[in-house]
Amino acid sequence: MTAAQDFSAMPTEDTVWHCVCTTGDLVTNSGVCALIENEQVAIFQIKMNGESQIYAISNFDPIGNANVLYRGLLGSIGGAPVVASPLYKEHYFLETGLCKEHDDVAVKAFPVKVDGDQVYIAY
Amino acid sequence: MTSSDSKTRIVVVGNGMVGHHFVEQLHNSDANADITVLCGESRLAYDRVYLSSYFSGASADDLALTTPAQYASWGVNVVTNAIVTDIDRENKTVVTTEGQKFDYDKLVLATGSYPFVPPIKGNDQEHCLVYRTIDDLLAIEASASVSKVGVVVGGGLLGLEAANALKQAGLDTHVVEFAPQLMAVQLDTTGGDVLKQKISSLGVTVHTQKATQSIEAGDSCRYKMVFADGSELETDMILFSAGIRPSDQLGKKAALTLGERGGIAIDNHCLTSDPNIYAIGECALWDNKIFGLVAPGYTMARTAVSHLTGGDSVFTGADMSTKLKLMGVEVGSIGDAHERTEGALSYTYLNQPEGVYKKLVVDSEQKRVLGAVLVGDTSDYDTLLQYALNDIALPEFPESLILPSSGDAPALGADALPDTASICSCLNVTKGDIVSAIDGGCCSVADVKGETKASTGCGGCAALLKNVVDAELEKRGVEVSKAICEHFNYTRQELFHIVKVNGIRTFDELLEAHGEGLGCEICKPAIGSILASVYNDYILKESHLPLQDTNDIYLGNMQKDGTYSVVPRVPGGEITPEKLILLGEVAKEYQLYTKITGGQRIDLFGARVEQLPDIWQKLVEGGFETGHAYAKALRTVKSCVGSTWCRYGVQDSVGTAIDLENRYKGLRAPHKIKFAVSGCTRECAEAQSKDIGVIATEQGWNLYVCGNGGMKPRHADLFATDLDTQTLIKYIDRVLMFYVKTADRLQRTSVWMDNLEGGLAYLQDVVINDALGINGELEAQMDAVVDAYQCEWKTTIEDPQSRKRFRQFVNSTETDTNIQFVSERGQVRPATVAEKAAGVGQFIPVSMV
Repeated sequence: MTAAQDFSAMPTEDTVWHCVCTTGDLVTNSGVCALIENEQVAIFQIKMNGESQIYAISNFDPIGNANVLYRGLLGSIGGAPVVASPLYKEHYFLETGLCKEHDDVAVKAFPVKVDGDQVYIAY
Repeated sequence: MTSSDSKTRIVVVGNGMVGHHFVEQLHNSDANADITVLCGESRLAYDRVYLSSYFSGASADDLALTTPAQYASWGVNVVTNAIVTDIDRENKTVVTTEGQKFDYDKLVLATGSYPFVPPIKGNDQEHCLVYRTIDDLLAIEASASVSKVGVVVGGGLLGLEAANALKQAGLDTHVVEFAPQLMAVQLDTTGGDVLKQKISSLGVTVHTQKATQSIEAGDSCRYKMVFADGSELETDMILFSAGIRPSDQLGKKAALTLGERGGIAIDNHCLTSDPNIYAIGECALWDNKIFGLVAPGYTMARTAVSHLTGGDSVFTGADMSTKLKLMGVEVGSIGDAHERTEGALSYTYLNQPEGVYKKLVVDSEQKRVLGAVLVGDTSDYDTLLQYALNDIALPEFPESLILPSSGDAPALGADALPDTASICSCLNVTKGDIVSAIDGGCCSVADVKGETKASTGCGGCAALLKNVVDAELEKRGVEVSKAICEHFNYTRQELFHIVKVNGIRTFDELLEAHGEGLGCEICKPAIGSILASVYNDYILKESHLPLQDTNDIYLGNMQKDGTYSVVPRVPGGEITPEKLILLGEVAKEYQLYTKITGGQRIDLFGARVEQLPDIWQKLVEGGFETGHAYAKALRTVKSCVGSTWCRYGVQDSVGTAIDLENRYKGLRAPHKIKFAVSGCTRECAEAQSKDIGVIATEQGWNLYVCGNGGMKPRHADLFATDLDTQTLIKYIDRVLMFYVKTADRLQRTSVWMDNLEGGLAYLQDVVINDALGINGELEAQMDAVVDAYQCEWKTTIEDPQSRKRFRQFVNSTETDTNIQFVSERGQVRPATVAEKAAGVGQFIPVSMV
């Protein structure tokens, strides 16, 4: 299991932006997955009160040991957006990648930006 | 014989259930100990309580309580076939028959007991056996295979278990008991009689008051038993189960203090007369008593561990109350079953036609329960035991506790339990522990579970735990929330009404008007299911999609490696050879693991998400539809072959099963629903374990409702008899729709029925007599749902936009390389993490269309 670290999605100077898909490829309030240099990244688009926000975290479920997080159900815990793993239902915060149920578990979270209708992930 | 100076060397002689429990508890205590187990049998500890299940298919492995690997991982040194012959107390050493020597600092004797064989002439012949170990079972099995008739000598608890084993082995079985009744220790005379009648009706012949004098050569069988009264009984084999004797020879040889009639004497710490030697389980004698049940043995094991590790637990006797099922007959005995207490009075209830007997023994003032006997129905056991163990004051009419439910049997509320009441017996959590957890800040069942571990063993106390927690919270003025989750302050039933009454068609609409936040994995699928039940829209319609669990989105059940199962509908379990071949061809092409299910259809496992549309395209083209195996919806309607082929069938069960399955397929419900239809009373389709069960009669159909197999089996209730097919469907329409509308989230029909106020009679009143005046509405709703049916897979593969959802990556046609298989018994299975790391997993390439 990955030790919990601060994977907050803040871009730095070395950040390389990868164009992965268009906003039309995303599914509102649900997830898709992109492959970036052999890394699977789950991308979620959340629309609430007319505003849309996109999040990206690693697709690998470190507890179930399978690439499935993009197929999880989205929701919120105390206002913070989360995805529930479809295997054993642990919750991962989309902003930080931290696992709600286990202090010592986290997945990577990646910065996201949209330019026109192109979606970019920093990796 | 590893040892180090710093660790206490503990040698355990015997690896039965109690010996093993000791090792497990000592290991869990983190004591700094060097543990050596000397196991007399070739096998490590196994479950003797369920020994007879060996004859109904359990293997020695199923009965095993531990493995050499587990002991190794605990650092426990274990020697099998090690029979200890001597204890050298002075040098603190034990010696085995092999001459091996083991040094100890502390010795634990858990040598158990041996079966007592009465001194009868001829009792040592080849087919005269005993019943205690797995080796005994093997000997019994061998003997039974060359026998037609078998006799068990002894009509106690173990004897009846042994008789069950012989019966399951297919023998004409007899029980011979010296006393005038069966189970004389636990039951009174009437209880023994009722049990005898029940067991006789199951095909076991019971002979009471028979003293065997000799076993001689038989005429029609191998042996002939001759009794004191001159009568005889011919049999091919004999099993002795006439009680146990403590295995105390080691203690005797080492000059430890023994009881007059055997047993190694122990004190409250389970110490023998030697302060470095403990004795636990059936070899130990406490207060001149041997405890022949496993629970007191476990308590002794924990006591010894406590004493070894500086704890202060003591053994002060044990409650010998028991509840068990013998050959399917429920038997319970609590406390003073024989009214031996001075002034004891009793209430009895005897129902001979149904073979039910209950006796409640109370004190002279009718204030306290002293004991009870229950035969044929032990549903009152738990309540009566709580009364007896906790000295709870009896209600005004104590007999109401054992009389068949007249509707007003006083329930034992959580408040009536004293703080000492044991709520969770697995983890030994009392009501007091729960109260202090709540005082310490816990404010939900989940919190209390986390804090006290209550209900984390067998889980049987979950309902009681919830009652206690809710009652305690209410007492403190905490409002117990019935809200479905943090996003909606309503129950599922309330949400159903809101959706229906306000004509709400999407989750977002409902969230905006009645909820907050984004929702979660609890409320989203629940509301998705409500919307589907009310409107039966295409489940993957864009607005519904985010509500579905992954299984519903990808129309398959996700397996542990992220692949899915493919389960086409096979209505009624009827399938043409052409379709069977197609399934085989598809499975072969995509290398899917194939297994026949209990619901009479075929599961194909290991399909990657991107393969699903192609697989289903082939299946749909071949005439298959989705089986909804992934959904909280109708699963299968199981059937037997019925009157078309079967010599005994009285109705066309297959035809009716297919009609029912086609009518209700796609109906979304609070939980999955299973049906079965049997063509005659032989009930080969097992309809009485289903949510909806239909059994053919000469005149039509009997309808059963709210049965369940699985985790918590419930026998279905007979709802109506001799219905014609039209009425049958009408009733099922109404029952199902009423369930869909009123049940809680994830509540099966069985639990729904158990919680329905008024129960079966109320449901009959609603459905048959239209007591609520809603039958027209229920039927119209069902008709609308039936008319709106569509095969979700057909709709999905026909829509290019929907198909796009089934790809692993939005930016690549690569597949997930973490999904790997290995071959097992000619098919694939997921590779384990270790196999993947070792590079032995096969990655099956996929042809993308």
